[in-house]
Amino acid sequence: MRITQGTFSYLPDFTEEEIRRQVRYCLDNGWAFSIEHTDDPHPRNAYWEMWGLPMFDASDLEGAMFQIEECRKAFPDNYIKVNGYDRTKGRQTTMLSFIVHRPAEEPGFSLERTEGADRRIQYTIRSKAKVAV
Amino acid sequence: MASNNNAGKKKSRWAAGITPYAEMGYYDADYEPRATDILCAFRLTPQPGVEPIEASAAVAGESSTATWTVVWTDRLTPYEHYQAKCYRVDPVPGTDQYIAYIAYDIDLFEEGSIANLTSSIIGNVFGFKALKSLRLEDMRIPPHYTKTFQGPAHGIVMEREYLNKFGRPLLGATVKPKLGLSARNYGRVVYEALRGGLDFTKDDENINSQPFMRWRDRFLFCMEAVNRAMAATGEIKGHYLNVTAGTMEEMYERADFAKELGSVIVMIDLTIGYTAIQSMSKWARKNGVILHLHRAGHGTYTRQKTHGVNFRVISKWMRLAGVDHIHAGTAVGKLEGDPNAIRGYYNTLRANTLLADPSQGLYFDQDWASMPAVMPVASGGIHAGQMHQLLHLLGEDVVLQFGGGTIGHPDGIAQGATANRVATEVMIQARNEGRDFLNEGPEILAKAARWSPELRKALEIWKDVSFNYESTDVPDAVATLTV
Repeated sequence: MRITQGTFSYLPDFTEEEIRRQVRYCLDNGWAFSIEHTDDPHPRNAYWEMWGLPMFDASDLEGAMFQIEECRKAFPDNYIKVNGYDRTKGRQTTMLSFIVHRPAEEPGFSLERTEGADRRIQYTIRSKAKVAV
Repeated sequence: MASNNNAGKKKSRWAAGITPYAEMGYYDADYEPRATDILCAFRLTPQPGVEPIEASAAVAGESSTATWTVVWTDRLTPYEHYQAKCYRVDPVPGTDQYIAYIAYDIDLFEEGSIANLTSSIIGNVFGFKALKSLRLEDMRIPPHYTKTFQGPAHGIVMEREYLNKFGRPLLGATVKPKLGLSARNYGRVVYEALRGGLDFTKDDENINSQPFMRWRDRFLFCMEAVNRAMAATGEIKGHYLNVTAGTMEEMYERADFAKELGSVIVMIDLTIGYTAIQSMSKWARKNGVILHLHRAGHGTYTRQKTHGVNFRVISKWMRLAGVDHIHAGTAVGKLEGDPNAIRGYYNTLRANTLLADPSQGLYFDQDWASMPAVMPVASGGIHAGQMHQLLHLLGEDVVLQFGGGTIGHPDGIAQGATANRVATEVMIQARNEGRDFLNEGPEILAKAARWSPELRKALEIWKDVSFNYESTDVPDAVATLTV
């Protein structure tokens, strides 16, 4: 299954040029640009592994694109996303976040139900992928 | 109101009987509002023969310390301090209306109580015989008072971080038909809409606990649907479980059950009242559950231009009261809403500092003192084909709710949801690329429809749907607001 986290998951996978335009949008806004990857795309996994530190003073679009490619080479079987972060007061959060690389196979998730009294069910979502950690 | 006053014969301020409000200190053209004052702009239409300044002073008087006659017990107080002061009255050109600006000292209000604030300011004056009509247009709420309220249980930033959704409008749908589905059928609509690509589904305002579907059954089936959709997509999903009920005890019971089932969000209606809303906001903050507010009933007093309370004031009260979501209009859909006025509501809900802006109907500067923002919700007669207009008018910090525009898709509910999500993402992509998405919108959508059969069908079926009626409530000409 195709996981649909991120700003653009319902569109066909972006070409390199389409990724570049979105990264340029982040840099033009003065947002810190960062790359993260994971083998555990659980919907509540807030902490994907960081590919280096966020690039706070980046104006180097091609440098950012190069880092995406380096991360892709290092982790071809992981999910990779890129983020734009706005430090402006009152915002101080991510402004754009989208997946730029997926593993060839996306195993998806299983839903486990623990039945309790009064028809109550506790739900647990598990990644079907083999998670390294 | 002193219609029997002897003109020209000025009596002592404290003589028994009736003295014009303006002469009792409720009008002071030289008054300089203080930073801590609460300011109001009222639109008033005096009865024929009633002086506008006296009518305005009467509003100030009756919404603060005055009664209809002189009372000596005022003299036991520093009454000058407690009197509200009308400091400016402007005619609205081309009408029999006036805008009265009134300042209230902060000591007139209990800390952290919308009920008290509103009982003072709109408590009595709206039935005043000397006025044909009266409307509260705007309020300036100073940080000194704002800081006595909790504010939104989470706010836009926390909600986005919690849901892991950034950079685009959130998408929702109200389950339809709004009445009559059994709990199991209802949950089916929730599952299909969420797995198809929506972030949220929603109970309607009048879905509470009726004979055809009791609340507990609905909650159980909806949470099955939400969890199935999360597993199917890998995204966090939510259904606004409406906990509106006849008593606070019942609302707490329903909200607690929603929380135990793992719902990320619950919902209340404006009809439950200001105090109940504030209580639910405390509950929502304490329990980590997002709080959605449906503005049920507001049209009875917000819509008419000359009488009632403007929705921008309700927006301010609800930001103080502490909801995370509020329905605030679409501009292009089936419900009332002038685009400029709606921009004013959205800015009031989302911005930290606002400057007075006559074009948006904002009469005062407003400093929210870092109080978190409320996510506006656009709902009612909108569809994927309007995505460029919606993004242009409403921005990206908004929940776009396509009820009919999801469930009415000819190929199915999930397909309707996908159409909306594709339209949203493709428009955000175009905007970020620097394209003129407002003008190129139809072309951008048409291009995406070539590879998305879901979007293609949606555009075909709803292409000619629009709701072009004149708004009843439009901000005045600039002239009434400039100094």
